Amino acid sequence: MADTAGQSPAVPIEHLGRAAVAGIEEFGYYFLLWLESLYWLLFGWTRKQPVRLAAMAAQMVTIGIAATPIVTILAFTIGVMLAIQGIATLKTFGAEEQVVMGIALSVTREFAALITAIVVAGRSGSALAARIGTMQVSQEIDALRVMSINPVRYLAAPVLAAMMVMVPSLTLIADFAALLGGAVFTNLELGLPYAAYLDRTLSSLVFDDVRQGLVKSLVFATIITVIGVSNGFQVTGGAEGVGRATTRAVVLSISYIVVADMLFTYFLNR
Amino acid sequence: MTRTETQPVIEVSALTAHYGSRKILDSIDFHVEPGEIRIIMGGSGSGKSTLLRHLLGLNRPTGGTVRLLGVDVARASAGQMHELRRNIGVAFQGGALFSSMSVGENIKLPLREHARLDETTMDIMVRLKLEVVNLAGFEHLMPAQLSGGMIKRAAVARAVIMDPKLLFFDEPSAGLDPVVSAELDEMILRLREAMNMSIVVVTHELESAFKIADRITVLDHGSILMTGTVPEVQNCPHPRVQDLLNRRPRRSEVNAEDYLRRLTGG
Repeated sequence: MADTAGQSPAVPIEHLGRAAVAGIEEFGYYFLLWLESLYWLLFGWTRKQPVRLAAMAAQMVTIGIAATPIVTILAFTIGVMLAIQGIATLKTFGAEEQVVMGIALSVTREFAALITAIVVAGRSGSALAARIGTMQVSQEIDALRVMSINPVRYLAAPVLAAMMVMVPSLTLIADFAALLGGAVFTNLELGLPYAAYLDRTLSSLVFDDVRQGLVKSLVFATIITVIGVSNGFQVTGGAEGVGRATTRAVVLSISYIVVADMLFTYFLNR
Repeated sequence: MTRTETQPVIEVSALTAHYGSRKILDSIDFHVEPGEIRIIMGGSGSGKSTLLRHLLGLNRPTGGTVRLLGVDVARASAGQMHELRRNIGVAFQGGALFSSMSVGENIKLPLREHARLDETTMDIMVRLKLEVVNLAGFEHLMPAQLSGGMIKRAAVARAVIMDPKLLFFDEPSAGLDPVVSAELDEMILRLREAMNMSIVVVTHELESAFKIADRITVLDHGSILMTGTVPEVQNCPHPRVQDLLNRRPRRSEVNAEDYLRRLTGG
């Protein structure tokens, strides 16, 4: 192989092929990890190896409760930003008052779920990869296996459960915070009373708008968990490997989230 | 399980293992009798860590079989494996204590996961094992607050909490001073006496090996050079065994042509 390096035209094609195979392999790994986590969540107790509620609760606190302030602040800011942009754009048509509907729809369908997922990926996805990666490096994962404690059940399943609960919950909080942000700016800029803002928001929203955001947030929760955990389990090469896995987990999660968001938006709005 | 008391606790036959295309273990045959303390000895890169991983069922062999307590590790069902692993304890090289849990919680973990006991009973069992490893009163400390020797002893306490029939040590004396390392040797002997376990120790420390071993298996370049008692190993005429015993550097003949080819990367 060494003597063909840099000469044969087959080399780039070979690289492409290898990269494609590696990509498919990784995707398969994510999928299996997700299935296995679900299996343990649903059927672990039948094998007397349940996923512990205490572990889920602990994860819920670190993933959800601890992220609430930052998600609220960012969502509020997004709401203000949408109001600024909306009013500026609609002014050209003299339709500033329509901004309320614009904010209501884009927040509930899109931005609340997206900003929540990005914050959670940055906070918890990275922490997950780092924690599991460090455990892999220090043989703690091996220790779990020889103690017959399945690492997926013990480490991944509680996180998946916690994410599935907390990311949608955070998204709901983000919905409220962003709408509030929009209301505050609209009130200051256009003098629209809060009661009128609320009234128009409620009349322009249907349940399906909120549901769309929540369905996406469930998908995002799965993406963050599976990518964080997989990259953690696959760590090789000591402290540097842990660092690499952490970065990779965050970048990959956010990329997958944005792409998944686009796909879901397309299909949910057909 | 239908095994008799005299059947070997570990039966390895024709075990072959690869990392990618590189052969790490080459048809290893290996038996450990009940109640025996077996040392697996060899230099770095001899394949002893890989052999241990296979004995623990952490890696899948490319050929051959590993039977622990009568169970074929590669063919066992999830249930059989679960049952088997409750009878095996492992003290890893770096301890592998979970850094987010106190020492007591670490030791308690196997009980919590596999036994239905109330908290008080588990606490008592933890204290019992901590007494055995001379760490009484340390259960509330976090692993980060312990010294290297204490971490290893805590790891041993966790490994024996389920009263395993088979106990593995990976490099117990690595990174420890001679006194602590000697104490650990004493502890291994005491464990066998008190609990009648079979113990497999992977190490390259000669002194500790000679002190505790019933038999020693010497591994080199992925194959077994010899298995024997301490005097048998000491009197073994094989040059590689003697190199290892006398801390002599490897004498590899340099082939000028190969050497040049390696340098030029050809």
